[in-house]
Amino acid sequence: MNTIAIDRSPSEPRQFLCREEEHPRNGTLLGFWLYLMSDCFIFAALFACNAVLGTNYAGGPSARDVLDLHGLAVNTALLLVSSVTFGFAMLEMARRRNRAMLGWLAVSGVLAAVFVGLEIHEFVGMIAEGAGPDRSAFLSSFFTLVGTHGLHVTVGILWLIVLMVQLARHGLTEANRRRLYCLSMFWHFLDLVWVGVFSYVYLVGVLR
Amino acid sequence: MPDRSAFWNFLLGRLSLSSLPLHNSIVVGTFIVVAIGGAAVLGLVTWHRKWGYLWREWFTSVDHKKLGIMYMIFATVMLFRGFADAIMMRSQQAIAFGSNMGYLPPHHYDQIFTAHGAIMIFFVAMAYIVGLMNFAVPLQIGARDVAFPFLNNFSFWLTVSGGMLFMASLFIGDFSHAGWLGYPPVSELQQSPGPGVDYYIWGLQLSGLGTLLTGINFVVTIIKLRAPGMTLMKMPMFTWTSLATSGLIVVTFPILTATLFLLSLDRYIGTHFFTNGFGGNVMMYINLIWIWGHPEVYILILPLFGVYSEIVSTFSGKRLFGYSSMVYATVSIMILSYLVWLHHFFTMGSGADVNSFFALTTMMISIPTGVKIFNWLFTMYRGRVNFDVPMLWTMGFLLTFTIGGMTGVMLSVAPADFLLHNSLFLVAHFHNVIIGGVVFGVFAGINYWFPKAFGFRLDPFWGKLSFWFWQIGFWVAFGPLYVLGLMGVTRRLSHFTDPSLQIWFIIAAFGAFLILLGIAAFVIQIVVSIRRREALAVGNDPWGGRTLEWAASSPPPPYNFAFIPRVHERDTWTDMKESGYQRPLQGFNDIHMPKSTAAGMVLSGLGFVFGFAMVWYIWWLAALSFVALIVAAIVHTFNYDRDGHISADEVSEFEHSGNWEPKARGAIA
Repeated sequence: MNTIAIDRSPSEPRQFLCREEEHPRNGTLLGFWLYLMSDCFIFAALFACNAVLGTNYAGGPSARDVLDLHGLAVNTALLLVSSVTFGFAMLEMARRRNRAMLGWLAVSGVLAAVFVGLEIHEFVGMIAEGAGPDRSAFLSSFFTLVGTHGLHVTVGILWLIVLMVQLARHGLTEANRRRLYCLSMFWHFLDLVWVGVFSYVYLVGVLR
Repeated sequence: MPDRSAFWNFLLGRLSLSSLPLHNSIVVGTFIVVAIGGAAVLGLVTWHRKWGYLWREWFTSVDHKKLGIMYMIFATVMLFRGFADAIMMRSQQAIAFGSNMGYLPPHHYDQIFTAHGAIMIFFVAMAYIVGLMNFAVPLQIGARDVAFPFLNNFSFWLTVSGGMLFMASLFIGDFSHAGWLGYPPVSELQQSPGPGVDYYIWGLQLSGLGTLLTGINFVVTIIKLRAPGMTLMKMPMFTWTSLATSGLIVVTFPILTATLFLLSLDRYIGTHFFTNGFGGNVMMYINLIWIWGHPEVYILILPLFGVYSEIVSTFSGKRLFGYSSMVYATVSIMILSYLVWLHHFFTMGSGADVNSFFALTTMMISIPTGVKIFNWLFTMYRGRVNFDVPMLWTMGFLLTFTIGGMTGVMLSVAPADFLLHNSLFLVAHFHNVIIGGVVFGVFAGINYWFPKAFGFRLDPFWGKLSFWFWQIGFWVAFGPLYVLGLMGVTRRLSHFTDPSLQIWFIIAAFGAFLILLGIAAFVIQIVVSIRRREALAVGNDPWGGRTLEWAASSPPPPYNFAFIPRVHERDTWTDMKESGYQRPLQGFNDIHMPKSTAAGMVLSGLGFVFGFAMVWYIWWLAALSFVALIVAAIVHTFNYDRDGHISADEVSEFEHSGNWEPKARGAIA
């Protein structure tokens, strides 16, 4: 909130109206940030499910049997690097270098797409081994949490493509800059969630 | 399912002629009444050539005042539906004793109590409070609209399409019979293979998303769009409580979305979150749904606490007593409401320590609530109280809600709850606080702000009649349930064997009939007021208001304020009046306003189709509408031209219109 000093000298009558128009700033960014926090609660519920159901193997495979930590390392690296390259894109935006910005955005999108591809590969492999989401409560919670994250990344990629078209068409208008800021927050947020997934679902998962 | 070719199964999923409840005469009768009524409404609109007007001025409007009014109308329509369910239950229970099985078989009765609860909470109470917030908050903070006007329109239509899915279940297929919160394992596929639970899930997913967007919208609106000088501690009380409610929505509705999502995964792809076998955990669902569900009841009541605060201080002609304690009480309730969910199932058996914790936090909530009650009483103390209709509802609330709160404290004692759990005592308690708190507050708010919205007040005679029927009817209907609950009668029964109980149920049914008269009086009140609008016309400030909405004309112009107000004191409008403020009549500027858009309706309509297709397993339609949804959303983002202007001349025209003065003399008693 912009604070506005209100002058009150005793001789002058108080003004009850603003003659100039006020334009509130950054409402969209606050709104998007609130959306991200609400999304956090969806993930919180899914993490809670994993915490409660994570060892309910129901005679099926355990986390140690099915989770592939080598693939995980590659996947995590891809996603974290894509966050860095997105950061580069934002720096280029600040320098108003449109082409370089679009380039870094494309790199971030490709890295995220490979991440999603590897995740689908992992899922298909697990289902083929008979370790699908309907095998046990543990696998239900695993597929749902990791899959929901993957779905978010997929939506992010789709959004990225749409926004790149809009950026190419209209350039860095105020509206487009705002949208890019929102997508950037979304991208980093998903990275943060992945850190939680990777350390809790995978690393703690194989230990317990 | 009858045999039919693979083609028809592909085309219609599991939908078939036998899905239509033609064997049920009650549903067929209802359908005929609804069809005739609906055809009459559509015919009238067509006859008067109002479709274009409705489309341009209302359906596609992003004006918060119009959306607020549409929410109120939608909620009222859903109230009729929810109340029809209530009166069917009360009459069934009054007659179904011994050899008389009543007129509702258990299968139908179970759907009715499920629909009653879910509709009353999600589409009546929620729609009413969101409607009041939409109408009043931007006016109270001196803003031109909400922060995201398009999202506001989208939220409204999402709520409507969720409600339409609920209504569709009445005539196509059946509804969930798993209770208003859809507890597994009853709501799982094995026990409920029909479309009922799916209707419930998708209806709530659509409207829940709408509510979440509303919550975000109002937090940003209140944080970012307040008039210059209006610090947080100078905000009107209703704005404060709306902020608290919106904050609660943002942190709880995602949990409802996630929980219902998990239930739908169980039902659609065979996961094992809440199943009995394969490691599923039913209590997971019960915990998650109440982590949303308990804050939800405070989401409902907090805005009405704001309404009562505005009314008490306006109708006592005094500043609100203990404003800052009221703010702190609101915020304490908001935080505590997140820490009490387990009191809904003390009987889970989580042990004495856990139960004690949740019992104590529950009891603690009565402290800030008590602070509020005393603040309202002290505001009235030595005031010159005007007992007009809004104030009557407020006084009725003070009495009724306080008693409801005390029975709540009784239930919070875990050992006592082991006896009262799922009894009619509980049913009486939550109706005591929801009717005595939320419904009374909604009617108080409607009577309070109606003159602002339409330029004429509601007829006081029918308003008082409606109040007294509701107030007396409530106690006649729910007093007996307290008694029965203490005797150990449990909820959700469609038949009883002990004839000594029957008299209490007959009294309760009589009470429901009195409430029916209260609702009828409310409808008559609206009709009479519209017909007598000349005599009931008011100026911009009929009650001697204290907050900024009364500084705008009645009805307010689309832009609310020609010049954004500058705030110095808490009761800004009172301060302006006392300082001899004169409304400017010249020097207007062009005003920037958002354009109307049909995008919200299109997206919500596609959402409805998607939900319906998912309910009936029509996979091609589900896929198609889902893709269409995404494409429509993307197309909407390519629209950069979202702002329009209201020219200074038009502003001047509005500011010189007759909306500032009563159109006829001697209107206000």
